[in-house]
Amino acid sequence: MESFKNFVEKVGYPRLIIGGFLFILSIMAAMLSIPIPGLIGDILTRIGMNGILVLAMVPAIRAGVGLNFALPLGIVCGLIGALISIEFKLTGFTGLFITLIVAIPLAAIVGYFYGQMLNRMKGQEMTVGTYVGFSVVSAMCIFWLLAPFRSPELIWAVGGSGLRVTVSLESSIDKVLNSFLSFNFAGVQVPTGLLLFFGLCCLIVWFFGKTKSGVIMNAAGSNERFATATGINVNQQRILGVILSTILGAIGIIVYSQSFGFLQLYNAPLYSAMPAVAAILIGGASIKKVKISHVIIGTFLFQALLVVALPVLNILADGNMSEVIRMIVQNGIILYALTRKTGGDLA
Amino acid sequence: MLTAEYLLQMKDVSKDYSGNRVLKGVNINIKAGEIHGLVGENGAGKSTLMNILFGMPVIHSTGGYEGDILIDGEVANPKSPKESMELGIGMVHQEFMLIPGFSITENIKLNREITKDNLFSRILGPKMKTLDFKKMGQDSREALDKLGMSIDEWLPVAGLPVGYMQFVEIAREIDKDNLKLLVFDEPTAVLAESEADRFLKIVRKLADMGIAILFISHRLDEIIEITDNITVLRDGEVVSNLITKDADVHKIAELMVGRKIESTNMDKIFKEETEDEDYILNIKDLYVDMPGEVVKGLNLKVRRGEILGIGGLGGQGKIGVANGIMGLYPTKGEILKNSESLPLNQPKKSLDLGVAFVTEDRRGVGLLLDDSIEHNIAISALQIKEKFIKKTAAIRMMDEKMVREHALDMIKELDIRCTGPKQLTRRLSGGNQQKVCIARALTLDPDIILVSEPTRGIDIGAKKIVLDLLVKLNKELGMTVIITSSELAELRSISDRIAIIFEGKLEGILAPNASDVDFGLMMAGEYGKEGVS
Repeated sequence: MESFKNFVEKVGYPRLIIGGFLFILSIMAAMLSIPIPGLIGDILTRIGMNGILVLAMVPAIRAGVGLNFALPLGIVCGLIGALISIEFKLTGFTGLFITLIVAIPLAAIVGYFYGQMLNRMKGQEMTVGTYVGFSVVSAMCIFWLLAPFRSPELIWAVGGSGLRVTVSLESSIDKVLNSFLSFNFAGVQVPTGLLLFFGLCCLIVWFFGKTKSGVIMNAAGSNERFATATGINVNQQRILGVILSTILGAIGIIVYSQSFGFLQLYNAPLYSAMPAVAAILIGGASIKKVKISHVIIGTFLFQALLVVALPVLNILADGNMSEVIRMIVQNGIILYALTRKTGGDLA
Repeated sequence: MLTAEYLLQMKDVSKDYSGNRVLKGVNINIKAGEIHGLVGENGAGKSTLMNILFGMPVIHSTGGYEGDILIDGEVANPKSPKESMELGIGMVHQEFMLIPGFSITENIKLNREITKDNLFSRILGPKMKTLDFKKMGQDSREALDKLGMSIDEWLPVAGLPVGYMQFVEIAREIDKDNLKLLVFDEPTAVLAESEADRFLKIVRKLADMGIAILFISHRLDEIIEITDNITVLRDGEVVSNLITKDADVHKIAELMVGRKIESTNMDKIFKEETEDEDYILNIKDLYVDMPGEVVKGLNLKVRRGEILGIGGLGGQGKIGVANGIMGLYPTKGEILKNSESLPLNQPKKSLDLGVAFVTEDRRGVGLLLDDSIEHNIAISALQIKEKFIKKTAAIRMMDEKMVREHALDMIKELDIRCTGPKQLTRRLSGGNQQKVCIARALTLDPDIILVSEPTRGIDIGAKKIVLDLLVKLNKELGMTVIITSSELAELRSISDRIAIIFEGKLEGILAPNASDVDFGLMMAGEYGKEGVS
């Protein structure tokens, strides 16, 4: 009994419940003879798609800003990058790189100013962030309408003014990462390039945590007064964390979009921070402490749950039950995590 | 029992916090109309005693207390603040518990409002009753008049001078019909001198009205001036019950401090400061705005290679000195280190110039609680001295191997009891946490180490180890140690000289073997006034 208790404490309730739920769903999927290799392929793709957006939470948490609910800031930067590369008719990897090259400095600048703003309202970052995210999405709606893009791929077909709600990437960067070195193993389509890119981003963030800057940023985030007494410029470190988080948000949406095949503009980024926040919390992170393993575990659990739940519930129940389940899990887990100071794993 | 002789009797009151005995058989008797003084150093047990008297939850959630509290000769033993209020015990707080936006009357009558019926209350119950402002105003007027206050009872509290706020608090207490005993906790600490005089007159007046008064203060002259009897507490024991007529400031000061000093430190020779000595630190007219520990114009010289103790009562500013030198709170004035000016308000510059700091707030400022011992030890040196860095392709990585080795050395050298360098500092005991803090400071190779309250909240064994360690650093490495502590005995056991801070200024510097009287007088700010005895 004692060892069971320890086990529960170590794994944490969120991970245990979601994990258990996922396990039950998987067994049901097998019993309902839903093709398992297809599901696994889907899970892998979705991990790669969403992983970097989840990873974007890491620098913000480490710098002491908490969960970055203003992820849409980075996302719109990424979208602008993609739009520009389409405008210039760039395709394949060239298109992807130019997208990144445009998006990253843009995200850095936006992150800098957002970080400045957060330094003036310490202690309320998450509330402020949520509304900054909402406001930016709305403000960008005007931008999408007025932006001087000319490519017929981007603007409304009839009338010809303002960007479309969804822009197809078919002729530009659609699935460049997904299909890179992709292979089929026992019926499972493995998106090698996508996973490698996600892995690379994780590695870079992990590596950054081991550098002097990373260690100092972490210290500034975990105890502001300690950091001040150690001669660390806390505000500067917080800005650094926000910049990194915004950049990862930009990269994240580019990777997401190329896999999805469409750019989604206007109101689409409105709630984009919520799944990422939920995933990292399920992974075992808290608003103070996070590890790269939390990103990977959390993305896996959250995305796998969605992938498996969809076909199972569609057979068992009518309508879009899986969307309902996703909402309950996502918002429930955010609520749960915000009521606790520490995450699932304390070790 | 017939008519009780005493209004309040505390009989044999004892209290321990998890085995640590903070009160030992305290007896206090107060008659109606008596002003009774209660004095003692910080940690002597005054606040615990007051918490017991008020039935504060902190007492009952930690196992209650032994002994009895008698009111009018009957055992009362209040179990909650509400009960003690019903018994007629009132308190005027050091920090005013007033609502700024409310008028004086509303504050006086808060939660005891006078109400009258109206149509809705008859239907919906007493919560809907209208406030009888006229009557409340009359009551407040009466209470204010008793205090000789001519101020309009309908003015808002916000914007009143502090002195007036204090009077509003008192008015609130005397407005309670059943008030028998009023406790003042450091009432004059926030008052200007003229206000304080007026205040003392009012206290006298209250006593003449038949209210018993328990007066807690660090200002001994005040105590002598106003009280009838004095109880001196030391280390949780009543060391003396005095009649004020027979007491003087010297006697009380001696009683308050009186402790045996460890004889090991008695052979230190005390030299007067001279101009041409080698001072490592010269503090001129230092002001530090640290909440609760404000330094107001301190001048202090520190000799190279000495252990300087900084003592004084709580709230007088001793803690502010080290925090000011490190630039952790807004500071002005001048600090010279090796005759060079030390930039103020810039912690990084202070650390760069070889000043290290072990904070009094171990868990708040001193440690990354959710990080490992090795990181905690290394991080300051990593930031300030660029130690523990390995360069790979222009990227500065933390050299984990070096960090580990250094941590292992420190663990061995300072005898940090832990499961290994990876253990989180949150899981360590107070003494071992303190050692981690010291280890971090040492990793900076400082020439001056500032140590604040090094033994607060750690057990006796660890205390000795920490103090011995400081002495060792001083002797073997020639480090200048500035130790700030509330425990005078501790300062006297290791320091070469002890500076006493009073009201944010240097009151004087004493040898560790100076007499108890001198220490007591200095801490109470009476040394200069009475002349050296």
